[in-house]
Amino acid sequence: MLDFPRSKIIAIVGVLVALMLLAVPSFFPERITNSWPAHPRVSLGLDLAGGSRLLLEADVNALIAQRLETMHDQIAGGMDKASPKIAIGDISVADGQLSFMVRDPGQVDAAREVLNNLTQGVGLTGQRDWDISVINSTNFVVKPTQAGIDQAVKVAMTAAQSVIDKRINGFGTKEPTIVAEGASRIAVEVPGLQNPQALKEALGKTAKLEFKMVADSVVQPGQALPLGTQLLPYAEGGKGATILVRRRAILTGGDLASASAGKKQEDNRDIVNFSFNSEGGKTFAKITQDNVGKRFAIVLDDVVISAPNINTPILGGSGYIEGSFTPESANTLAVELNSGALPIALKVIEERTIGPGLGAESIRAGITASIIAVVAVMLFMFVTYGRFGLYANLAVIINVVIIIGVMALLGSALTLPGIAGFVLTIGTAVDANVLINERIREERRRGRNVIQAVELGYKEASRTIFEANMTHAISGVIMFAMGSGPVRGFAAVLLIGICTSVFTAVVFTRMLVALWIRRNRPSDINI
Amino acid sequence: MRLLKIVPDNTNIGFVSLRGWAFGLTLLLSIAALGVTFARGLNLGVDFVGGIMIEEKFTSPPDADKVRVLIEKLGVGTASLQAIDDGKSVSIRLPRPESSDPAATNKVVDKVQGALSQAFPGATLSKQDAVSGKVSGELLWKGGLAVALAILGIGLFAIFRFEWQFGVSTVVAIVHDLLMTLGFFAITRFEVDLTIVAAVLTIIGYSINDKIVIDDRIRENMRRYRKMEMPGIIDLSVNETLPRTVMTSLTILLALIAMLIFGGHVLRGFTAAMILGIIVGTYSSIYVSSSLLITLGLRADPKAEGDAPAARRDGRMSYKDVP
Repeated sequence: MLDFPRSKIIAIVGVLVALMLLAVPSFFPERITNSWPAHPRVSLGLDLAGGSRLLLEADVNALIAQRLETMHDQIAGGMDKASPKIAIGDISVADGQLSFMVRDPGQVDAAREVLNNLTQGVGLTGQRDWDISVINSTNFVVKPTQAGIDQAVKVAMTAAQSVIDKRINGFGTKEPTIVAEGASRIAVEVPGLQNPQALKEALGKTAKLEFKMVADSVVQPGQALPLGTQLLPYAEGGKGATILVRRRAILTGGDLASASAGKKQEDNRDIVNFSFNSEGGKTFAKITQDNVGKRFAIVLDDVVISAPNINTPILGGSGYIEGSFTPESANTLAVELNSGALPIALKVIEERTIGPGLGAESIRAGITASIIAVVAVMLFMFVTYGRFGLYANLAVIINVVIIIGVMALLGSALTLPGIAGFVLTIGTAVDANVLINERIREERRRGRNVIQAVELGYKEASRTIFEANMTHAISGVIMFAMGSGPVRGFAAVLLIGICTSVFTAVVFTRMLVALWIRRNRPSDINI
Repeated sequence: MRLLKIVPDNTNIGFVSLRGWAFGLTLLLSIAALGVTFARGLNLGVDFVGGIMIEEKFTSPPDADKVRVLIEKLGVGTASLQAIDDGKSVSIRLPRPESSDPAATNKVVDKVQGALSQAFPGATLSKQDAVSGKVSGELLWKGGLAVALAILGIGLFAIFRFEWQFGVSTVVAIVHDLLMTLGFFAITRFEVDLTIVAAVLTIIGYSINDKIVIDDRIRENMRRYRKMEMPGIIDLSVNETLPRTVMTSLTILLALIAMLIFGGHVLRGFTAAMILGIIVGTYSSIYVSSSLLITLGLRADPKAEGDAPAARRDGRMSYKDVP
């Protein structure tokens, strides 16, 4: 028990000091710590800092439908381009699968070859993203596989995350966190944001921009559409207006280099200026040269925003979009165009906003409660265990500082339940010392001398402390794994506290007790 | 300096002899708690049933009826109001709009906010939660699953480290604690939200912590006094650990009461649940889990010790110098 070599003391004190240093930046204002080389700070959760949290869910069904449509176009185009050309018919999408027939039975193998080139392997199992089967020797059925769908969702979600990141940064908000939750959800947290309206609108739109030619023919209601055309709503044409355009987009948002909100010189209306990248500029120049006098349509999310006439070839590679914009909506569209289109539609399924007043109030109340709790517990420990209580108290203070330091290092945010976790950790950390001290009292009553009693007290209590902390850790881990937001913050504090408190309450106080006994050799202890 | 001793030395309280009464009372209370929970139901928050919750802070306590009438005129659904704390803050619960328009929720909040700040100058929005039915269903399921997993995990831990009787008695005691907590929420009508799940998990963790300490002592005493009857061992173990049980419960209660009084209204339900949990958990450690060990037939059988894992583990510890 008394055998505490100098090296061990240095090691224990060294570890404690190092861990405590981690907490130092959190106690200084941000503007001071910013100039320090390394300054991890404890960040505040949304419930303390104020701000908004949005949970977005991807529309997986829409993605599946979109994939089928793309496949439809690819098959039609692929068969057409094959040499010799493969004639197909009855191509249709129904019940989540695509079917068509090959007119010449002799071309079935060639058609299969074209299809094989359109599908890809997924993962390592040799599975493909589409299932191809032939029925009645000439009818093909192409069906998406689950692995293929999962892969497509994953790719889309990864891309969506970076688009969201760009869009939020476009609004100039600070330190947003964007994390995937499960396979098809993204959680967005923006501290300090008071009105999530603009953000929600920006994230709720896919912002798929397309340039399409307006079709030459005009269709009457009820009449079948000419091949390769589609009827789209026309925003400028009044309520219910539609316009017939060619299906194939000549250019898309991906061909843009940049976009910005501006004013039209002639009438001061709000517009969105854009410029194509060099490739897109060339294509646009060629198309406008070839189609002078015709109209093209600027389509955003399948709505025609404007359909200007091509009066002269546009060779500069830039242009503008006009519509019924306000300065804000023009800016929003510019941000959206700059960040690219969302590859998958997102819906807000959970939304939480906390005002700055409530957050500040919660911090104040939490800190007051923590201080009162710590002082009360420490006083209680001192009047019950005297010197041993003081040692336990010192351990508690060090423990609190270390928890703050470790949280800063791990980047876990302090939430209001986290503050409650602090208070609870102080209570349970003290439990370890209660167990030890009660055991020492007991051993003294059994007639052991001071050294034996202290030795046995620590030894016997350590096993109990380990087991008790294990059960605590089990519930902590479950909370951390399954909880969200504030609950996670609580679990993080609890788990960090369990690890650090065993060190401070057992190892550190044992050292203090051993040093004291070695120096004073007391024949009796007041405990 | 004379130190404080809340529990006198060498207590010898006959806990086990009272266990018949205690079981009866515990059973009665558990059934009552279950009955109350079913009869009155829990006041589930938007986290678990979906909807919109707006917390508005006024400059002075508003007239609740005036607020209600004002909101009902907006045509956003039936509002349920609850005053918070000093009455200056009011929480307003509204159903979530059916519309799939992502901005629909915001429109409702804006409408309410606009009407309130017009009628009550200086009123500000403190907090707003909007949870869709899909998410709330998942949160409810996940919360329940977390609690079930925690009980299962800790029960398994107790079986692994001790013997099966310890595992079973611990799980029974935890279920008792849970029922009491449910009954408490059914009676007080505190709102059950996500943080309450955290509180329940912590109660489970703490309650088991408490039981493990006593179980550990029972195991130790079973080794030490092989000839002693089980009731004697349990009484001895509970009495020996009583100072620690009381001391720890009091320190944690002290900390929690500080949190309850000074911690602000957001965490009130959470802290209240924890305080109840600590009290109930301490009671169930003594009267449910320990006493149940006798009923489950735990015996300090010298023959069985050779292959009981707990005994083997203890065998490694040296008790040679213990009288």
